Amino acid sequence: MDLKKNYDIIVIGGGPAGCMAAITASQKNVSVLLLEKDREIGYPVRCAEAVGKDGLEKLLADKIDTRWIAATIKKFQFVAPDGTIVYPQVPMTGYVLHRKLFDFDLGLLASNAGAKIVTKACVKGLIKDDDYVSGVRVDINGTNRSIRGKIIIGADGVESRVGRWAGIDTTVHMRDMETCAQMTLSNLDIDQNTCVFYFSQRKFPGGYGWVFPKGHNTANVGLGISGDNARKANAFQRLEEFIKDEFPESSIMSKTVGGVPCANRLPRISKNGILLAGDAALQANPVSGGGIATGMTAGKIAGGIAADAIRCDDVSAGFLMKYEKEWDAACGNAQKRYYRLKEGIKKLTDEQLNQTAHALKNIPQEKQTLVKIFQTALIKQPGLLVDIIKTLSPFST
Amino acid sequence: MILLHQNKCDYCGTCVGICPENCIELAETDLVIDHKICTVCHKCIWICPVEALFARKDNGS
Repeated sequence: MDLKKNYDIIVIGGGPAGCMAAITASQKNVSVLLLEKDREIGYPVRCAEAVGKDGLEKLLADKIDTRWIAATIKKFQFVAPDGTIVYPQVPMTGYVLHRKLFDFDLGLLASNAGAKIVTKACVKGLIKDDDYVSGVRVDINGTNRSIRGKIIIGADGVESRVGRWAGIDTTVHMRDMETCAQMTLSNLDIDQNTCVFYFSQRKFPGGYGWVFPKGHNTANVGLGISGDNARKANAFQRLEEFIKDEFPESSIMSKTVGGVPCANRLPRISKNGILLAGDAALQANPVSGGGIATGMTAGKIAGGIAADAIRCDDVSAGFLMKYEKEWDAACGNAQKRYYRLKEGIKKLTDEQLNQTAHALKNIPQEKQTLVKIFQTALIKQPGLLVDIIKTLSPFST
Repeated sequence: MILLHQNKCDYCGTCVGICPENCIELAETDLVIDHKICTVCHKCIWICPVEALFARKDNGS
């Protein structure tokens, strides 16, 4: 394999965050190596695949390919624990993606921009010089190699170990890890432009259930529960129950499980010679669990700052701190607000959720605007529901 | 010690993310627990979406 012994930047992980970092850095004419531990960019998919249209357009502009879009979302439904349905009127458009195609094409964009991509390349450790991360030890197709990089970008997902090797504690607390299961179901009679969210502390404690349409008569049907609620019944068992109740006639086209860090970002996401991005840095929206746009934003900023650092010949933590500041301005400050909101939502009982839904039921659907919902929810939980609607949606950025 | 049902595991890495000792490694379809470091805290067992991990009494742990 035609691999150099030295690269300016080594990106670990070929998901949306890693690919964006590779694209952005390559465009600034530095040498980039992207290492993906799985055999293929884009597979396996562990994601509900929803992303906001505005956020995606801001990141990729005219590069967006319609083949990626499985469904376009214009409407939302919230289902209360007792089955009462609320139709929040939210002026937001979202997409449910084919992540397999999406991630693969992001990899292509990175490759076309000049990045070298290697799959089945599992990083086993970091090389350090003094207090600087300066390379990786990687197993490629069963052969160990050492490759030097002036900056390492760890975009290695929820299963990240790169940060820990660099001395950053990336451990996710049990209460902040949503443990999730999802099946792509077919033979569903659903509206392909509506995303449905189910709330119930009994069925989805510390989380929610979702139905995100994926074209034709299919949808991603899944749920997440917070880790501190996972001991009684695991996510997969709960999902089987949920599907038995709601979609008994469906067929199962795929199954996936996974963890979503719903936390505040790590206190440090950069050190000498290293940056962390995406789930590895705990950058998802802690209310919705949506992490595509926030991770890509992080990757884009990280790739740009890393390339600047190479050109300025300064890969110190001091220089790389710019990445933390820029990500906070773009997403991190909002993430802190969302985290506080998550804590509030967790305290809502099923009875309170039902009461709010009943109150809204008496208002005509077209008038269930954010203002009206706000007024209704104000009685018991000032402002909370409106924040839920604004931020629960994975389409908010 | 903590052991793995290989047929149940989906190799999602959630256990890696919550492990306080950083003693679990996920390769492509291989989950390796370093029993020398593992303190058998059971967090990985609780978080696993498919209950692929289980504890077996062994050498007093």
